[in-house]
Amino acid sequence: MFFRHWNIRLRVGAAVTLLFLVLGFAVSSFCPIPDVMAWGSFPKSRPPGGGHILGTTALGQDIFWLAVMSLRNSLLLGLLTAFLSTALGVAVGLFSGLRGGAADRVATLFTDSLIAVPNLPILILLGSILKGRIPIPALALVLTLFSWPWPARATRSMTLSIRESDFISTARFSGEGTLKIIAKEIFPFVSDWSVASFTNAILSAIQTESGLAIIGMSSNTMPTLGTMIYWANDRSAILSEQWFWIGAPVVLVTLLFIALFMTLSGYQAYATMRRGK
Amino acid sequence: MVITVKFFRFLLSRLAVYISVIVIGVTIVFFVPRALPSDPVEAMLARLLAQSDYMEPEAVAAIRGTLTETFGLEGSLASQYFGFFKRVLLTHDFGPSFSQYPIPVMELIGRALPWTMGLMMATIALSWVIGNAIGLLAGFRKEKWYSKALESLSIVFYPIPYYIVALFLIIAFAHLIPIFPLATSVRGRGLSFDHIKSILFNSFLPGLSMVVVGTGWWVISMKTLAGNMSEEDSVNFARLKGLSEHRIMMGYVMPASLLPQITSLALRIGGLFGGALVTEILFSYPGLGMLVYSGIAQNDYNLIMGAISISIVAVATATFIVDLLYPFVDPRIRYT
Repeated sequence: MFFRHWNIRLRVGAAVTLLFLVLGFAVSSFCPIPDVMAWGSFPKSRPPGGGHILGTTALGQDIFWLAVMSLRNSLLLGLLTAFLSTALGVAVGLFSGLRGGAADRVATLFTDSLIAVPNLPILILLGSILKGRIPIPALALVLTLFSWPWPARATRSMTLSIRESDFISTARFSGEGTLKIIAKEIFPFVSDWSVASFTNAILSAIQTESGLAIIGMSSNTMPTLGTMIYWANDRSAILSEQWFWIGAPVVLVTLLFIALFMTLSGYQAYATMRRGK
Repeated sequence: MVITVKFFRFLLSRLAVYISVIVIGVTIVFFVPRALPSDPVEAMLARLLAQSDYMEPEAVAAIRGTLTETFGLEGSLASQYFGFFKRVLLTHDFGPSFSQYPIPVMELIGRALPWTMGLMMATIALSWVIGNAIGLLAGFRKEKWYSKALESLSIVFYPIPYYIVALFLIIAFAHLIPIFPLATSVRGRGLSFDHIKSILFNSFLPGLSMVVVGTGWWVISMKTLAGNMSEEDSVNFARLKGLSEHRIMMGYVMPASLLPQITSLALRIGGLFGGALVTEILFSYPGLGMLVYSGIAQNDYNLIMGAISISIVAVATATFIVDLLYPFVDPRIRYT
């Protein structure tokens, strides 16, 4: 099998991530409830059992399906943001690294500054004005604004170092065509990096959105893992000891982040090993 | 310190980033309320009036005036834009707070700022030192069992966000075992023992949640750096010279690996600040995050705009200061 050489971190991380993807995108399509966020759909604050696997919230929502739909939206947001910011970042980084000169200096100054601008205060300002009415694609665009500089920075430095490296010159002098050089020599580096960068972008997008949602500054009417924690907190689920309500999103968020990060760091170790082979 | 061409160049490039961070950040804050379809001033005013039972007409007029000014809606776009910068950087005049009328917004910010700064400086310093010490040891002695255990531990802890750790700590130490308060309440004033004790007591859980999460990243990155550094020729040479392992670690591996960690610290301050804001809100800690949060709850837009603009300038300044530490640690920038 192709994952024979995967290390334990990568295996566990990828397996759990896959499980989350299945739960978020396959299981969620069997959701029997038209609107999981609707209040009073079911009897309130029920313990698990009786048709509700994880019980119901104090607002009369089914905890299991609410959590599944929240996971779906969080994953969707993460994937969309990761895709947009990687595409934009790679484009700017390549341009900056290949062009050099004044254009490179301006682009680098811009990306470095955008990395240093604290994004959460600005997102809070936006959220406070929009009062929880941001649809997922718009939220993804806003998060992209702050996450593309990281891949841009990495792509630029990779472009610079690969362009100057010995093995490229060796390949060129031994008569390899440009396309073959890109496919055989450059692509392995870039693809290893892009898997890591993409995973990292998913992670930070979901993390930022849930941080924003927990203080009520994301979309309060749309289920995401952060929003679910927000409502549980807002209705004192801790004080009334409704552990499944606060626990489900907390456990999902924690496991998802650990799984994504294990995939990321396991993949990096795996890629280093494979290159060294 | 001798000022050399290299040092001067370094200073200029950092200064350029500093200025550009403030310009970009403040520009975004200036344009966000403008991206809305409706007039923000009238919308805010309507929301504000709907909320309070009765307001003096003079107070309403005063609020309309400062709101217009806060959003910088007077005059041409260019003059609005420069007026906004002038307020953020020079006069710091964001008008009165609506929720605590007529206290100036800047006074409220001034009260909250030391809490956030204190919490952040203490937790960042603690996690940086602890994380780098653990990472150095783990990277230098890669093959030892404890180094592998520490790495696994930090890989599990690092990706857990602040707010989750904060929730865990609230459930564990403020609810199940009620040692610490659910919300901050500080007793005493001035430099009395009671006051300081009360501040430390109230800051313990928020601080702990930030240190627990913050440390992981430094362990992971320092381990990689120290691990690579241990294989350098200079370290092999030191070994052949017969230096003790301890001296090699402290004198060769540590200085070289700490350099990128300072740059990395500068890059992460903005993100750490965001984490501090959320943590403060979850613990009702009286810093900038809580101030912005209460401002949002009461539609106090003078307060929100003021606190957010000031926090961008504060974060940019902190980043700049950390950047400036670099030449003091790296001899290559000071000499030659």
